Amino acid sequence: MSDLLRGVIVSHAGVAEAMIAAVESIAGVKDALVPVSNEGCDRDALNRMLTDAVGTTPAVLFVDLPGGSCLTGAALYARGRADLAVVTGVNLAMLLDFVFHRDLTPAAAAERAAAAGTRAIRVPAA
Amino acid sequence: MSIGLYRIDDRLIHGQVVVGWGQPLHAKFIVVVDDALRASAWEQDLYRMGVPPDIDVVFASIAEAAGQLPTWDADARVGIVVAADIATLAALTENCHQVRRINVGGIHHRPGRTQRLRFVYLTDAEAAQLKQLAARGIEVTAQDVPTARPVPVAEFA
Repeated sequence: MSDLLRGVIVSHAGVAEAMIAAVESIAGVKDALVPVSNEGCDRDALNRMLTDAVGTTPAVLFVDLPGGSCLTGAALYARGRADLAVVTGVNLAMLLDFVFHRDLTPAAAAERAAAAGTRAIRVPAA
Repeated sequence: MSIGLYRIDDRLIHGQVVVGWGQPLHAKFIVVVDDALRASAWEQDLYRMGVPPDIDVVFASIAEAAGQLPTWDADARVGIVVAADIATLAALTENCHQVRRINVGGIHHRPGRTQRLRFVYLTDAEAAQLKQLAARGIEVTAQDVPTARPVPVAEFA
């Protein structure tokens, strides 16, 4: 692909901005991720914010919860578009993996990110 | 039990409804009254994704909800009825006298609306609709989550 993927984090309150700050702090990668908060948004407002955040770049939409207004808005926005993919349950581990693998297709990047995020969920022995 | 909450919320099913209200009410079913959503199985699946498996979700048109409301109100379980706009819930109250309280949970900004509360934006016509509901004896308050103060309609409309 000619364009590196953009990651758009769609979250409640300030979760997206905080996660981007953490990714930049850990990985040193800037400008790969864009925050979108659903604060004060109905569906139409969230759609406009997603349009601005995605622009014309292929993207993966990372949603905080596997349900609710962020997912509904992101899934409706991405429906039928091959240049977009949606992943739910965003966590720092999946974002750290994503920012170094942005040369994939959106669908492949989403699958890879989901796998990385899932691997990060563990219960260490006490 | 019966319907524990009649809510106007343009996000319909989301965290405040499922967790914020659903947990303390011990809600076991949610009715979404929305004519457009009733016709879209794909969107219904999206909304169901945010609901735990022990909570039933029903999507109903306004006409269907008006017919089913007595049944839902007589259900042994606690339910939540949610609509995206004032007009939908107002229509539901026309022939359903079970609705004694309406919770305004989230009506967000659009052109023509002005901010009344942090989570409530209304046109003058929408404010008038809420006042009309109150004038019919329905208790109308704005409250996004149960731990917040219920704001009487006279304070925001």
